[in-house]
Parts: sequence; C-alpha cells; structure tokens
Amino acid sequence: MSDAVASLRVSRGPWATALRRLSRDKAAMVCLAVFILIVIVSLLAPAYASWANTDPFRSTLDATVMIDGQEIPVMEQSTEGLGLGYTPIGPTWELGNYFLGADNQGRDVMARLLYGGRNSLLIAGASTVITILVATIIGLAAGFFGGVTDTILSRILDVLWAFPVYLLAISLSIVLIAHGIDLGLITLEAGSLWLPIFIIGIVYIPYIARPIRGQVLALRRSEFVLAAIGLGVPEHRILLRDILPNVSTTLIVFVPLMLAINMLTESALSFLSIGVQPPDASWGTIIQDGQGLLYTRPWVALAPGLAIALTVLVLNVLGDGLRDALDPRSKIRLGGD
Amino acid sequence: MLLALIRRFGQMIFVMFGISVLVFLIFFVTPGADPAARIAGRNASPETLEAVRKSFGFDQPVWVQYYTLMKKLFVTQDLTSFVNRGWKVVPAVIDTIPVTLSLVIGAAVLWVIFGLLVGLIAAATRGSWIDKSLMALGLIGCAMPVYWLGEVMNLITQSRYHDSWMFSWVPPLGYKPLTEDPKGWFLTLVIPWITLSILYIGLYGRVLRANLIEAMQEDYIRTARAKGLSETRIMLRHALRTSLISFVTLFGLDFGALVGGAALLTEVVFGLQGVGKLTYDALQNLDLPVIMTTVIYASFFVVLANALVDVVYILLDPRVRSA
Repeated sequence: MSDAVASLRVSRGPWATALRRLSRDKAAMVCLAVFILIVIVSLLAPAYASWANTDPFRSTLDATVMIDGQEIPVMEQSTEGLGLGYTPIGPTWELGNYFLGADNQGRDVMARLLYGGRNSLLIAGASTVITILVATIIGLAAGFFGGVTDTILSRILDVLWAFPVYLLAISLSIVLIAHGIDLGLITLEAGSLWLPIFIIGIVYIPYIARPIRGQVLALRRSEFVLAAIGLGVPEHRILLRDILPNVSTTLIVFVPLMLAINMLTESALSFLSIGVQPPDASWGTIIQDGQGLLYTRPWVALAPGLAIALTVLVLNVLGDGLRDALDPRSKIRLGGD
Repeated sequence: MLLALIRRFGQMIFVMFGISVLVFLIFFVTPGADPAARIAGRNASPETLEAVRKSFGFDQPVWVQYYTLMKKLFVTQDLTSFVNRGWKVVPAVIDTIPVTLSLVIGAAVLWVIFGLLVGLIAAATRGSWIDKSLMALGLIGCAMPVYWLGEVMNLITQSRYHDSWMFSWVPPLGYKPLTEDPKGWFLTLVIPWITLSILYIGLYGRVLRANLIEAMQEDYIRTARAKGLSETRIMLRHALRTSLISFVTLFGLDFGALVGGAALLTEVVFGLQGVGKLTYDALQNLDLPVIMTTVIYASFFVVLANALVDVVYILLDPRVRSA
C-alpha cells in the first residue's frame, strides 16, 4: 500500500490526497487493520473446526473433553436441586479444546463464534451492497429526472423513512421466514441467509437514497451539468460520467457506517429469532443461545457481544476517518441503534 | 407558520396511510404462501384456515381486504389471534403501552440530561484528556448491541454482584405499575433506563460536541467574545442554543427508532411486559395478528411523535416559521 501511496503522491488527484490523509490517520489505520483481522479470523472458521476436531452444527451431548489429562463430559450433571439438568462446561481457555466452553447442545462455542462471525460479516456486507446499489439508483433517478419520477420515488422514500426500521424488518421477516418467497425470477427458501440480507438491505435504503437525491438535485443545476446538457450529451452519459463521480465520495463514506449498522440490525433480528435460522450461527443467534445460560456460563453470550461491539467500534472509527479524509467539511451522520 | 403546520399535518396523514398500505401488502399480498396459512400460525387445522379466510374476507377484492383489516384494527378493534383462539389483540396491545412509555420516557430524560452534559463538557475541554476519554466512551457506548448490554447488566445486578452492597436493591426482573407501587416501578426500571440510555448518551454527546465546536467558529460567537461575555455564558447562551436545533431534530428521529427498535429489545431482556415483549412473544409462536397490530400502532405513534417534534422545531426556529 505504501508503494501505491508514493506513486500516487505525484499526481495529487483528489483520491490520492484522500488516501494520503487516511493513511496518516493513525486511529483509522489501526481500526482498518483490526477489521481486516476480524474478517480473516472469521474466514478461518472451517479450518479451526477441523483442527479442533469439532462439528459446530451438531448436538454432542455425550462428548467428552480432556482437561489436564482427565476426561470430563462436555455436559455436566447439575449438582443443584434435583440434579436433573445438565450444565455445559465453561471456558477451558485452551485453543482448540472448548476454548470458550460449550453451549446448551454441547457444541464448541469458539468454533460457533467463528462461523457466526462469517455469517454476520457476510450478511452485513451483502446487505450493504444491496442498500447502496438500490439507493444510488433511486437517488440518481429521483434527483436527475425530477417531475413525476421524483414525486413517486420521494413519497415512497418518505413512507419507508418514517416506518421504524426494526418494525419494518420484523414485518418482512415474520412473513418470509417460515415460507420463503417466490418472485418468479428469484426464489428464496425459508431459512436461507439471503432472506435477512434482502430484508436488511431494503430497510435502510431511504437513509442513503435521500441524501444522494439531494446532492444530485444540486448537481443537476450546476454549470458543468447544464453545459453537458446543452452540448447534447446523452442523459445516461451525464449520469455516469458527471454526476456519479461527484456523489461517489458520499457513497464511500457510507460504506463502513452501513456495515456497522447492518451488523447491529442482523444481530438484533437473529436475537429475536427472525434472522439467521438454526443450525446456522451468527453472533446474534449465539447471544440468544447464551441467554438461558447467562448466569451459569456467561461467556456463551459475552463473547459474541464483545465481537459485535469491537467490529462496530472499528467500523465507526474507520467511517469517521474516511469522512475526514474525503471531505473534512461534510456532516454525514447515521443514527445507530 | 400556520401553513407550515398544516403542511406537516397533511404529510403525517399521508405517511400513516402509506405505512398502513405497506403493512397490508407485506402481510396479505407477499407471494410465497397462502396469507391465511401465515395468519393462522403453525400447523393450523383446516377449520382454522377457513375461519381466517372468512374473518379477513380473502375471497373479496384486495381493496375490500384492506378496508376490512383497517376496520378491525381501528374501528371495531376486534382483531383476534388464531394462535390463542379468540384473544382480542388490540386491547392487549393498548394495555402494554404504559410499560413501554415508562421505559422510553425515563430513558429519554436520562439521555437528554447526560447527552447535554457530555457534549458540553467535551466541547469546553476540547483536546484535553477529559474530552478524549468522554468521546472514546461515547464510541464504545454506540457500538454495543443494546440487548447484549442489558444481559451484561442482568449478569452484574441480578447474579454476580447482586449480593454486594451495590446492587442488593435491584428487584427481580419484571414490571410494577406506577399507580400501584411507585417505588417498585422506579426501582425495577432504573437498570433498564440506564441500559437504554447509554447508547444515546454516547451518540448525542458526540453530535452535540461536534455542533458546539462548529458553532464556536461562527461570527456571532466572535461578536459575543468582543462584547466581553464570559466563556461559560457564550457556551450556554449562544453556542448551545443553535446547536440545540439539530439536537431536537435528532431526538425526534431517534425516539422513533427507539420505540420500534431498541426499546423492544430492552423489554425482552428485562422481562418488561410492554409492546416490545408482546411482539417478541408473538414472533416466537408466529402470531401474525398481534404483530400486525403492534407494528401499526407503534409506527403510527412514532410518526405522530416525529410530527410533534417538527412542530416544536417550527416554533423554535424562526427561519422555518416563515417558510
């Protein structure tokens, strides 16, 4: 990356300047490194599971674990009350050997945490792509063409904007989660990861489409666009060559913020059992699994929550850094939950 | 000003209508499965399915179905659950409203007070370690999922440190009505209030600090300085006043997100029988009439709250007033 920066320094284009400014922002660079690390570690989930010789998607109530040369069952008979219940073992703090203990089905929490991270990151990433793509198209169309197009799109955005995000997501999830959806071209099975991706992708569209529309509206009246129209440049060319590059910095600043918000939304939906469906894991579902074990085996719920908080934290700092680097004067802000 | 108010009111009505249509479309028209099967819940008998079809008029045109649903929700209020046969949903939702309002309003009071404090202190001590640590704490507060924070709070106050002097006063989870047991009401809600407000204190503190620092660079602040006013007076009477306008706008938006989102999750974690907990229970047994009702009522409430905030905004800001 340092080579790229050095070679770009000569040209001093807006992108190079921004990149240089970002690379000087220590907090943002540390956070970028941490985020990349989180992604890599999560992607190593299958490797970890096979190395630890554990299947994080299968109940293993009768498994045993070796600790200090002694063989201990993963599910311990409860010593309280009538002794009927079972308590999973707690953290061994020994990598590859129930590092964070087991959940109430005797599954290795560490392995599930990594698989869960993979799903959480995938859903956050894919829904961010959907949100930004659709919002850009809507924002460009509404701002550039104006008239009836703008009126219809803006009214739809008004309604979506006023609809509380979680209530909209809950409505969509509960209808789709049990039966899936069949739209002819696209068929999504119940329990597919694409359901939460689409739902989260849809609900935040107005949060990006509205500011983009505002910018396009202003650009539409700017002199260089008026000149292009006067020259008879075709509309699609104006949109792609003149307007899109001018809103691209806004879009880039939105990416880490949307990733953070989508991750929180996914975890909340999964916690409410309308996001990722079992036996698949995400950080939200693991927190839900840990709820019943909160007082006996708190690490089942603590670990995924810490993972979410850390990821969201680094994404927010990265977002601030990107915003400062690209446009020190802009004031983009998203309300988080 | 009257024109601005009327326009805002008209917009509110339009958005409410839009939301009701959207909810209808999601629950009744989404392709993929028979809406009657969805509404009847898991493994419904053919008789139940037939009852659902008759009740919602699924053999009728779409607009009649929409009209029937709205009549059941708002006029006759006799929408019934098919999972718990015959349970009237609308009164059940209305019964839970005081719980949710107790939670949300208490948390809002906390976060406005502490958000203001954090923002003011950080802006006044800009660049110092106090400012830096407040902002770092704010960032962490914004990053934690609210339901997880609630669980951590439960772990500390209900289990791990419940027997210590610090948290022995925390009552078991649940809700006590204000009219019957004011002290119990307060004590059971303290921890949920703190949990819910932490995120917003972080957010509001950060936003207010940024606004204050921006305002401090304006010309009218220089004028105030030139007049020889004290720094405290400049900060509180001049800079804060303009920064409060965006604070109020933000409050309206977040209040909405709160009722429909964070408050729902907080209620679930703390076992408060509010609108959110009702929704959660309905999600667990796929009881769609309950969810339709809570979604419609909660979002209407949010739209109304947002409109009220805008009215306050119109009253506060002379520039909007004349527009």
